[in-house]
Amino acid sequence: MKRPLKLFPIGGRSMSGAAQAELLPQARMAGPIPWVIAIMVMLMVIAVAGGLALRNVARTAANELSGGITVQLVEARPEVRNAQARQASQILSALPGVSQVVQVPQAEVDALVEPWLGGDIDEADVPVPAMVDARLDGKITPERLMVIRNALRNQIPSARVDAQSSWLTPVFGAIASLQWLALALVLLLGLATVAAVLLATRTALGSNRETIEIVHLLGGTDQQIARIFQRSTALAAAEGGVAGLAAAITVVVLIGRRFAGLGSGMATGGALSWIDWLIVAAVPLLGIALATATARWTVLRALERML
Amino acid sequence: MNTPGSGEIVQFDNVGLRYGTEREVLSDVSFTLYPGSFYFLTGASGAGKTSLLKLLYLSQRPSRGGIRIFGTDAITMPREKLPALRRRLGVVFQEFRLVSHLSAFDNVALPLRVAGFAESEIAKPVADMLEWVGLADRMSARPATLSGGEQQRVAIARAVIGRPQLLVADEPTGNVDPDMAVKLLRLFEALNRLGTTVVVATHDVHLLKKVPDSLIMRLDKGRLSDPTGALKYPPRRSGSPT
Repeated sequence: MKRPLKLFPIGGRSMSGAAQAELLPQARMAGPIPWVIAIMVMLMVIAVAGGLALRNVARTAANELSGGITVQLVEARPEVRNAQARQASQILSALPGVSQVVQVPQAEVDALVEPWLGGDIDEADVPVPAMVDARLDGKITPERLMVIRNALRNQIPSARVDAQSSWLTPVFGAIASLQWLALALVLLLGLATVAAVLLATRTALGSNRETIEIVHLLGGTDQQIARIFQRSTALAAAEGGVAGLAAAITVVVLIGRRFAGLGSGMATGGALSWIDWLIVAAVPLLGIALATATARWTVLRALERML
Repeated sequence: MNTPGSGEIVQFDNVGLRYGTEREVLSDVSFTLYPGSFYFLTGASGAGKTSLLKLLYLSQRPSRGGIRIFGTDAITMPREKLPALRRRLGVVFQEFRLVSHLSAFDNVALPLRVAGFAESEIAKPVADMLEWVGLADRMSARPATLSGGEQQRVAIARAVIGRPQLLVADEPTGNVDPDMAVKLLRLFEALNRLGTTVVVATHDVHLLKKVPDSLIMRLDKGRLSDPTGALKYPPRRSGSPT
C-alpha cells in the first residue's frame, strides 16, 4: 500500500441533485415525455382558452341583455305603427322601474331585416314592425314582464313584449354545453397525460432496472430513486409544456383575430382577460405537476415490489 | 467465547433457500459471524456460495429460517429500514455490476453519493482509492472500455470506499493476475484490521493460505460444513466480545 487510504463510514445524508441527475442517463429516462406533454398541453390550453372565451361571450351577452325588453308593434299602416310606437314609449316611460326607453329608428330596423328581405323593401308588400327597446332596473322576472304586457295591451293590443335575454336562451344553453365539453376534454387529456407518463416511467424503470438494483444494494432509498425520476420527468414535462404552450398560444391568438375580424359584438365579447391568460399559463404548470406526481407514484409503487 | 446475541454481525439460523418450486439451494444453514473476523466461503461451483452471499447482502430473503444482521431481524424488518443496513455493507459482486453509463470514478463514488456526501468530500478519497487499485489513469473510463480485471478492481474499490462493517466479496480475485490478487487481499486484510468483518467466497484454495488468520466455511450442495471449526469455536479477537 503506497499510503493510507482515506475511507469513511457512510452516513445517512440525502443525495445532491447533481448526483441524482448523474445516476441514471437522462435520455433513457425522459423518452417520449416531452412530446407527449407538448401535445397534451397544447390541446389542454386550446380547450381551456376556448372554454374561457365561451364563458366571456356568455357573460358579455348576458350583461348586455339582462334588464332589456323589446316591444314589437306589428301594424301594416305606417302612420298607425309610428303612433303606436310613440304611445308605447310613453307608456313604458311612465312605468315604475323602467330606466331607459328608446324607439329603434326605422333605418336600424330596416338594416336588421336587410339580410333576409333585401335593401329595397316595399312597405306595402312587407310591413316591417316598429320596435321600442327599454331597459329595466334590475333583473326581468316573469311578473315584471306580465305587468308591462298588461300595461301595453290595454291600449295597444297588437304590442308584443319580449325579454331580450329569452331570445338567447338556446344560445346560452349551447354555450354552456360547449363549456362542459371543454372541461371534459381537459379532464380526458389530463387522464391521457397520466397514462402516457405512467407507461413512459414504467419503460424507463425497466430499462434502468439493473442500475436501480445496484443503487438499492448500495443503500439507496426508494425516495432517492423516485426523486431521480421525478426530476427527470419534471424537466422533460417543462420542456414539453413550454413548447405546447407556445404552440397553443399561437393557435388561440390566430383564432381570436379571426373572430375579432367578424366585428360581431358577441364574437368580440369572447376576448380573454389577463386573468384568463394567467389561467391559460397555469395549464402547463398543472401538466408538469401531474406528470411529476405520476412519475413519483409509479416509481414508488414499482419499487415496493423490489427487495 | 462469543454467545449468540452478544455482538455478532450476522446470525443465520436454520436458513433454507429455494428459487420458485425448485429444490432448496441452501438447506439448514446456521452460523454466526463475529466482528473483526476474516472468513473464506468455499465450495464447488453450484454449491450455493452466491446464494448465501445474496442473503448476506440482503438481496434475497430466505424461504425459511432466521437471519439477523447487525442485531436486526432481516426477515421481519420493514423495507424502509433496509437502506440503512445496506449502507453498513460492502459488496463485490461476482459479475461486478458496475453502472455502465458511469465512469470508473463515478462508480466508486456511487456509495458515497447515495449516502449524501458532498462532491468536495468525495473527490479525493475516490481518486486515492482508484490510484491504490492501479486505475489512476482510468478514472474517466466507462466499464465497457475496461478489462475484466480492471472492472473487478473498480467493483472492489466501490465496495470498500465507505469502510463497511461487513464486506462480502464473491470471487473478488477471479479476473486479476496473482500479484493484484494478493494486493487486493492485503486491502481486505487492512480493512479487517480496522474492524471490518470480511467474507470472501472463492473456489481458489491457494487464496486461503494467503490470509493465515482466516476462517473457512465450506458449502457442499447447499449445506454448510466447518473445516476450521470457525462456526463451532468462533475467533477471539480484540474487536470482538469474549
